[in-house]
Amino acid sequence: MGEKKIIPKGKQKTTTSKKTLTKPVKPKDPQKRWVLMQGNEAVAKAAIEVGLNFFAGYPITPSTEIAEILSEELPLRGGSYIQMEDEIASICAIIGASLAGAKALTATSGPGFSLMQEGIGFAKITETPCVVVNVQRAGPSTGLPTKPSQGDMMQSRWGSHGDSPAIVLYPDSVRETYELTIRAFNLSEKYRTCVVLLLDEVLGHMREAICLPDMSKFRIVNRLKPTVPPEWYKHYDEDQKYLSPLASYGEGYRFHVTGLAHDVYGFPTNKPIEVATMMKRLKKKITQNIRDIVQIESFMMEDAKAAVFAVGIIARAAKSAVLAARKEGFKVGLLRPLTIWPFPDDAVRKMLKNVDTVIVPEMNQGQLVHEVERLTKEKEDSDIKKIQKANGELITPNEIYKKIKKVL
Amino acid sequence: MANVSQKVVHQYLRHNKKFPNVWCAGCSIGIVLGSIIRGIAELDIPKDDIMMVSGIGCSSRMPVYVDFNSLHTLHGRPIAFATGIKAFKPHMKVIVITGDGDATAIGGNHFIHAARRNIDLTVVVINNHIYGMTGGQYSPTTPSGDFASTCPYGNIDSPFNICNLAIGAGATYVARSTAFHALEVQNLFKEAILHHGYSVLEVISACPVIYGRLNKKGSASRMMEHMRDNSISVKAVEKLPPEQTENKIIRGVIKHDTNLPEYTARYAQLVENLREKRDGGRNEDV
Repeated sequence: MGEKKIIPKGKQKTTTSKKTLTKPVKPKDPQKRWVLMQGNEAVAKAAIEVGLNFFAGYPITPSTEIAEILSEELPLRGGSYIQMEDEIASICAIIGASLAGAKALTATSGPGFSLMQEGIGFAKITETPCVVVNVQRAGPSTGLPTKPSQGDMMQSRWGSHGDSPAIVLYPDSVRETYELTIRAFNLSEKYRTCVVLLLDEVLGHMREAICLPDMSKFRIVNRLKPTVPPEWYKHYDEDQKYLSPLASYGEGYRFHVTGLAHDVYGFPTNKPIEVATMMKRLKKKITQNIRDIVQIESFMMEDAKAAVFAVGIIARAAKSAVLAARKEGFKVGLLRPLTIWPFPDDAVRKMLKNVDTVIVPEMNQGQLVHEVERLTKEKEDSDIKKIQKANGELITPNEIYKKIKKVL
Repeated sequence: MANVSQKVVHQYLRHNKKFPNVWCAGCSIGIVLGSIIRGIAELDIPKDDIMMVSGIGCSSRMPVYVDFNSLHTLHGRPIAFATGIKAFKPHMKVIVITGDGDATAIGGNHFIHAARRNIDLTVVVINNHIYGMTGGQYSPTTPSGDFASTCPYGNIDSPFNICNLAIGAGATYVARSTAFHALEVQNLFKEAILHHGYSVLEVISACPVIYGRLNKKGSASRMMEHMRDNSISVKAVEKLPPEQTENKIIRGVIKHDTNLPEYTARYAQLVENLREKRDGGRNEDV
């Protein structure tokens, strides 16, 4: 991957981005592809760049543009687009297609995401790569279909029943939506799991001038294919990094896949030792590779006495607030995870070590703040300030700025 | 049946790995499995091209025993998974094994929409009129007045007629038989898998251990005799007065329409048309 912000192997480090996101720079290099693009469009376009060849979906605001664009683009490229009868069918169809060898995507919003949870669990236990985009709306239930909310933080982690791993990515701009879509596919293919890309409604619909990334700088990860003869193939073989090759249906391997607990060949089992092996693999393939999976942006954190911890569109408001506060001499920074699950424990611990106060603004009634609080228990004098809004309105830079002034 | 020996059947099973099976003594599902395998053996379809997808339930345990590409999915969803596989790999012969509850209760929506699309799936609905795996609750095909563990005073629901449901939704091949008529199941299955479109084969089957016991239907062999004596071929129905065909199981091909284009063929045509349009330069934007 070509991004600067990737945590390198080894210690979970954070790098500083000095770039501000307020004004797009005017195009200078004609080689660079400048476009005016919407967040949902960025998902569709990036998915095509990464080799998407199967999309199944069901219309739902505010994600529908993704389906609309792909219904036009995929047939032109020989890929498959199918509009299913509901979101349950959509997630099932993409898992089926992925097992047959496709790079598969579906896109939805809160109510559809709820319906997909059983299927997402199936993708995880059967270790089938696929990507689910959830352009969040305000909930619960039908809620506010055209208003933003960050209410699905916990559902994206714990929504499916039983213990299962989760990789959830969260961009803050149209350009980053493009990049994280590519990354979501790469991670799903590499770790053989369902990766969720969470978007804010405003990001899905907002248009920004972005310079499309040079695709030659991105590494496109495709699943490992088995090299052994079919009789030796184990559908859930494991190496030390818990990455195992994946055969496709119709290519001579004739493997079995089941949502039941299974042995390494994929056949159902209820032997505790085999079930334990399966559950361990599901967990370890994420926890052992956390440094490869987690990305975080650290902004003006070097000498900060207070930090804002925010994701997505709210992190952009926070960045403006931090810049404004810095101009007045307040020592404040921003920590922004691009990967919200697995939660970036190490980076947050480091932040808590250095600052006295953490401000957690989020468009819900308190979700990610619990994760930050979980880590503050290790350091007793930390102070957590919350800004929570769940009325369909954005949290403004001014609200965060006022809070910064109050605490410093 | 005689054409395919036991030995040949064994070549299609994951014989050394997964047996004995989960089914109760007297269950009809094994007979249906035998008919399916004999049908495939007679047609000599390569194993690698066969995809067997199932949902949850007694019948849905079938794919684990067969040496095909096999996928055991979520309750009610096998047709949705199968749609994904078929749409992406249209050359595969996709068979869906499902039960009355799996196909017409929790999976009813997928059952009808796949029929509407006329996607080339061969859906074998093994209808034993009850939820066997969970211990005998009434299903959408449990006859009115029958007993189940969740209708101890008799079922007040009206049952689905699965074939009529499939026809109403637009399925292009619809047939019914019973587990007693194993050879007929085999032949109907062959027709169904060769049919280029959505095909539904309903196989009435016996669940002597649960449905039979709760409804005093007698032993497994008695239930088999019941299927023999209470079914009538679709050709005979036309010749008989209605009072003689009432409450009978109607066997045979109920609908076979080869005129409606199949979904994946239509999609391939769409892609081809777009390619021609682009290559012909008529639409330079594309």
